[in-house]
Amino acid sequence: MSEESSIKKFMFVNRKPPHGTIYALESLEVVLITAAFDQDVSLVFLDDGVFQLRKGQQTKGIETKNFSPTYRALDGYDIEKLYVEKESLDARGLTEDDLLVDVMVLDRKALGALMDEQDVVLSF
Amino acid sequence: MLHIVNKSPLGHAALDSCLRVAQGGDLLLIEDAVYAASAGTLFEPLMKDALKRFKVYALQPDLEARGVAAHLIEGIAVVDYGGFVDLVTQNKTCQSWL
Repeated sequence: MSEESSIKKFMFVNRKPPHGTIYALESLEVVLITAAFDQDVSLVFLDDGVFQLRKGQQTKGIETKNFSPTYRALDGYDIEKLYVEKESLDARGLTEDDLLVDVMVLDRKALGALMDEQDVVLSF
Repeated sequence: MLHIVNKSPLGHAALDSCLRVAQGGDLLLIEDAVYAASAGTLFEPLMKDALKRFKVYALQPDLEARGVAAHLIEGIAVVDYGGFVDLVTQNKTCQSWL
């Protein structure tokens, strides 16, 4: 088997807000592990998952790890495909300017099509 | 009485249920429910309606953790952990809409 064919398209679908549950942090951990295996990684943020990328998170008061700066470090692990659903941003009164990182904003139809192209989809 | 909600209004029905059933009193938003205190979301009209019946509070450390402390709907009071305890002791009963 060639090296090329061993690369699979992985999509991580993030739908939960950060801090209230462990899902967002766990997703991030698995994303970083997957990146170490040189896979084609996409991250999707929809529904309350878009809140994970919100600027200005300060977790000192709730005494938990503030993992939000880690999203800015993903670039260094060659994870550059970050997608956000437009409808989810709109419903929450957010724009790209409110987010910690540069993302590609897709409408739900385009996002659904992208999901169909994947070899592996992991849900958080 | 005191009603406590800890789920995001756009991902769960907990706050909807609370506002449907509860007639008034104190409403405290904690954890992911603090997004309901945030201005500009689809939930804002429902929250503004609730402010006519409830005294609404949001927990400061949870607002800060989620980056929404600076964008609150007018009329919502911010409390710290001490204020949380005061609300619990001031009210005869308390319902957590888990």
